[in-house]
Amino acid sequence: MNWLAKGRLLSLFTLMALVLAGCGEPYVSTLRPAGEVAQSQFDLMVLSTVIMVGVILVVTVIFLIVITKFRRKNENEIPKQVEGSHKLEILWTVIPILLLLVLSVPTVAATFKLADVSPMDKVNEEGKTDALVVNVRANLYWWEFEYPNQEIITGQELVVPTDEKVYFNLIASDVKHSFWVPSAGGKMDTNTENVNKFYLEFDDQKANEAGNLFYGKCAELCGPSHAWMDFKVKAVSRAEFDQWVDDMQTAEEPQAETALAQQGEEIFNQSCIGCHAVTPQDGRPEQARNAPNLANFGERSRIAGILEHNEEELKNWLDDPETYKPGNKMTNTYGDLSDEQLDALTEYLMGLKVQE
Amino acid sequence: MSTYAQKQGFGATIWDYLTTVDHKKIAILYLIAGGFFFIVGGLEAMFIRIQLAVPNNDFVSAGLYNEILTMHGTTMIFLAAMPLIFAFMNAVMPLQIGARDVAFPFLNSLGFWLFFFGGVFLNLSWFLGGAPDAGWTSYASLSIASEGHGVDFYALGLQISGAGTLIGGINFLVTIINMRAPGMTYMRMPLFTWSTFVVSALILFAFPPLTVGLFLLIFDRMFGGNFFDHTMGGNTIIWEHMFWIFGHPEVYILILPAFGIFSEIFATFSRKRLFGYSSMVFATVLIGFLGFMVWAHHMFTTGLGPIANSIFAVATMAIAVPTGIKIFNWMFTMWGGSIKFTTPMLWAVAFIPSFVAGGVTGVMLAVAAADYQYHDTYFVVAHFHYVIVGGVVFALFAGAHFYWPKMFGTMLNEFLGKITFWLFLIGFHLTFFIQHFLGLMGMQRRIVSFLPGQGFETGNLISTVGAFFMAVATIILLINIIMTTVKNERVGNDPWGDGRTLEWALPSPPPFYNFKQLPLVRGLDAYWLEKMEGKKGMTPAEPLGDIHMPNNSFIPFVISLGLFVAAFGAMYRAETAWGIPVLIIGLLITLGSMAMRSIKDDHGYHIHKEDLMDDDDNKGVKA
Amino acid sequence: MQAEEKFTAETWPTAPERATLEGKNKFLGFWLFLGGETVLFASLFATYLALKDKVPNAEHTLAKDLFDLPLVFAATMLLLTSSLTSVYAMHHMKNFNFKKMQLWLGVTVLLGAAFLGLEIYEFNHYVHEYHHTFTSSAFGTAFYTLVGFHGGHVAFGLLWIVTLMIRNSKRGLNLYNAPKFYVASLYWHFIDVVWVFIFTVVYLMGMVG
Repeated sequence: MNWLAKGRLLSLFTLMALVLAGCGEPYVSTLRPAGEVAQSQFDLMVLSTVIMVGVILVVTVIFLIVITKFRRKNENEIPKQVEGSHKLEILWTVIPILLLLVLSVPTVAATFKLADVSPMDKVNEEGKTDALVVNVRANLYWWEFEYPNQEIITGQELVVPTDEKVYFNLIASDVKHSFWVPSAGGKMDTNTENVNKFYLEFDDQKANEAGNLFYGKCAELCGPSHAWMDFKVKAVSRAEFDQWVDDMQTAEEPQAETALAQQGEEIFNQSCIGCHAVTPQDGRPEQARNAPNLANFGERSRIAGILEHNEEELKNWLDDPETYKPGNKMTNTYGDLSDEQLDALTEYLMGLKVQE
Repeated sequence: MSTYAQKQGFGATIWDYLTTVDHKKIAILYLIAGGFFFIVGGLEAMFIRIQLAVPNNDFVSAGLYNEILTMHGTTMIFLAAMPLIFAFMNAVMPLQIGARDVAFPFLNSLGFWLFFFGGVFLNLSWFLGGAPDAGWTSYASLSIASEGHGVDFYALGLQISGAGTLIGGINFLVTIINMRAPGMTYMRMPLFTWSTFVVSALILFAFPPLTVGLFLLIFDRMFGGNFFDHTMGGNTIIWEHMFWIFGHPEVYILILPAFGIFSEIFATFSRKRLFGYSSMVFATVLIGFLGFMVWAHHMFTTGLGPIANSIFAVATMAIAVPTGIKIFNWMFTMWGGSIKFTTPMLWAVAFIPSFVAGGVTGVMLAVAAADYQYHDTYFVVAHFHYVIVGGVVFALFAGAHFYWPKMFGTMLNEFLGKITFWLFLIGFHLTFFIQHFLGLMGMQRRIVSFLPGQGFETGNLISTVGAFFMAVATIILLINIIMTTVKNERVGNDPWGDGRTLEWALPSPPPFYNFKQLPLVRGLDAYWLEKMEGKKGMTPAEPLGDIHMPNNSFIPFVISLGLFVAAFGAMYRAETAWGIPVLIIGLLITLGSMAMRSIKDDHGYHIHKEDLMDDDDNKGVKA
Repeated sequence: MQAEEKFTAETWPTAPERATLEGKNKFLGFWLFLGGETVLFASLFATYLALKDKVPNAEHTLAKDLFDLPLVFAATMLLLTSSLTSVYAMHHMKNFNFKKMQLWLGVTVLLGAAFLGLEIYEFNHYVHEYHHTFTSSAFGTAFYTLVGFHGGHVAFGLLWIVTLMIRNSKRGLNLYNAPKFYVASLYWHFIDVVWVFIFTVVYLMGMVG
């Protein structure tokens, strides 16, 4: 009897997991968990769904019997006036309580497990943590990712190693946002007044299936371009990650190679450099860093987090950012750009790379 | 009443409604105003769905979209659902307990006009520089940063209408405690009255935190305060707490009366007393109580830490137990009954699976660790529409059909009613079921549009199609209302034939004094008991005597108008010269009319016994 | 019993504020209203405690250096006494002694006005001596909001009692206005209780740090 019940329950679980897993794209769906955190959350989803489907089945059966069997056939019939039934009422009080107990134990366990950020506090002799820590700063429609141990900064595209926990310090610099990588795990708000901490983990195999590029989103209404406040997470092997860090750390001041790019650099130095840095080591305080770091702009997968990464879209964006991200902080900070200027600037920006 | 009303000129009727203190007329005012705002909120919903029908759509601009989504939520909760519920509470509750009116008829009118002027003020923002755009939750950092006067309209408008709601809550509480007819003990009160009672208590304790939260917002935005400015030591999380300490009980304020309406309908059309009446009462009270213990489940991702998150997760799950008790009790009310599928009953029957679906996702959302995924996605959007539309709106439609004859003396067309029902039911599930999956697939809420290539296209299109079904259903209801009003076929006391509670013992609509003689209540379902013994009406509990009635008054209108005027002054205080004078004039109007109310004695008047004896039950008196 | 009825000391009921249905409703409704007011002040207290001493920079004065305890203590005594005098007034209302009721209400109003005067002086002192203003910090905003809300309640209570006293000065007590006097005095007690909490939570706890 017992093995039968177990077997049934297990098959129900599997079925449920299969049904749910059929949904969505591997780089953005919570139903295609790509890491330990998302997986434990997915397991909770399945557990709660199974329990709830059980409840729904019971209700459905009673419901169908009631509405088919007890229709009025005779206008004069007066049914027996029943007060209630203690037995039944106790039954449907106690069983839900038991079901909820079954659900609440793993809930509490997981809630504590996902909040465990103790490795962030373990500092070695150099004052750094052994764990990989990223400081996330959310700004009106762009994200900054600072690696305090590695002393490098990047924007819009988070790069992380797979198969290890990545710890995050989260804060917002203007209004509240929320940091969310659906495939890798639940979100955490970036408040304006305090730092929130949590961790995520990215599975190597799942990352490959998703093309090593996960979608990240802002999940808290923050203004007109809330919908467009996307970022990307590049999940690569530890070796590749180390290589990237090394490239970032050793990156020189960018050299504009072509004449057009040099022209672009001039424009950039006149109009853009006040906000945008072009080296991964930006010593300015965070209040001064009020635009994304562009050191590896040429290697990114999107422009402004949302547009295809090509010259055409870059020109569109530079020409009129308001169309693509209404309410952004870049609009009207520089004069109108002529076509030649756009060409030059595009050439320069696309050449900003740290890896060869 | 009807013959009397027909003799009045149009102007006199308007004046009558502007000054009325009769709970039945105030109910009609709530119904009309709430219905109007329901249409407005519905249009906003349609704009949202059209915008989201296809990816990268530009039907509305991003800024305007945020205004629409904010006003859709705010309007539906504060200006449509709440007043429509108040309409039924006003229309039915005093009749159900055998009272001639509410405890404070004057305050009842004041409550309505405060709500009305607050709602009008809020909606005028569309024409005066833009509506609020920080979401109905208006989280502090964004609502402080929001430019223009939109959020000022939100804060001031809700402050005014919130005061009206609070007054209404106190009024209902006192009415139920002090004004029940002889024999109407607490445990003989109909479930709708019970839910009104519990909900009024929730209003009393839940609205003050909102009042405080709105004051903080007003002070910060208009008077240089620093509550939410972290550079000055402020903290935005205070707003989140204040808002949800109000906001969570608010959803129970909406849903419990819906439960009450359905309880009446299930019993009536099953011809059977409510199964497990005492446990239903107990569950209602328990839900109301637990409703105050769970607010932080809206803030699982705010960073309150695992201890708080776990406590609130488990407390939230606990609410499922009394709610489950209710579901089973309703089904067992029908079990063994004699079910007649009238329009109200169809809504009630459809409510069970719809609400269960919303309830189970509620339990799923309570799982804090998993909620990190659900939070602020379309999964949440689907969940709360399942409970609020599948619960509250279904109840409002059901209640409208059920109580229409009692309120207006004529019955809505059953055929059109059933068409409305089926269209709305199909549209509702089409719109919202798929949204669960959109959320799980990574679509966050409150987004103006979405990029292609994320798997969101089909789901959103289906959702939009469903919304049109609901829109058509609502239009058919409006046609039904117009047709019914034009035809105006009068009905008797108990038009459904299966009425159980006191309101069905009265003419439809009841005379303005409700009961010529207060009835003697001999048990639960008082009117049903008498009918089963072959009697036509209630046994009177008192000899025929003079009836004391309150006078009509225009003062509530003026008090509310004064605050409306003052709100404009407060808002434009900084940038215009007339701001301060207008603020002062408005406050003077309010305080002056309050003082007038205080100084001028109002003893009401008496309907004399002789006039009552002449009076034919079906016509009311010519006062 | 009818609201308009004329009474003598002998026929005056023992609980005149609840002798009519209107009176009963007012009595209960007002208690419920005070329940809501309690939540309102609880919310303000919570906000104040969250923002206490939250200031933008080190120059800003903190609670322990700010408050002038003797002054606040005097204000507290004034308000507590006014609560006592309003009890006397209600005692005479129940005994159908209109003149004495008016007298004690008058004393209550004077004490309340003196309290308000001290509070205004106190605020003025903080603003000019310490630059502790409504806009200077979150602490300032929360402090003036909490204490100011209470002050606003005191001012409204004074207006209310004075209006009642003037309106009824010529016609004495009846069952129509007895509940009005009674709930006004309830309101006054409530204001007093809130002040006891403000004195403890804001001032005394402020002094210890």
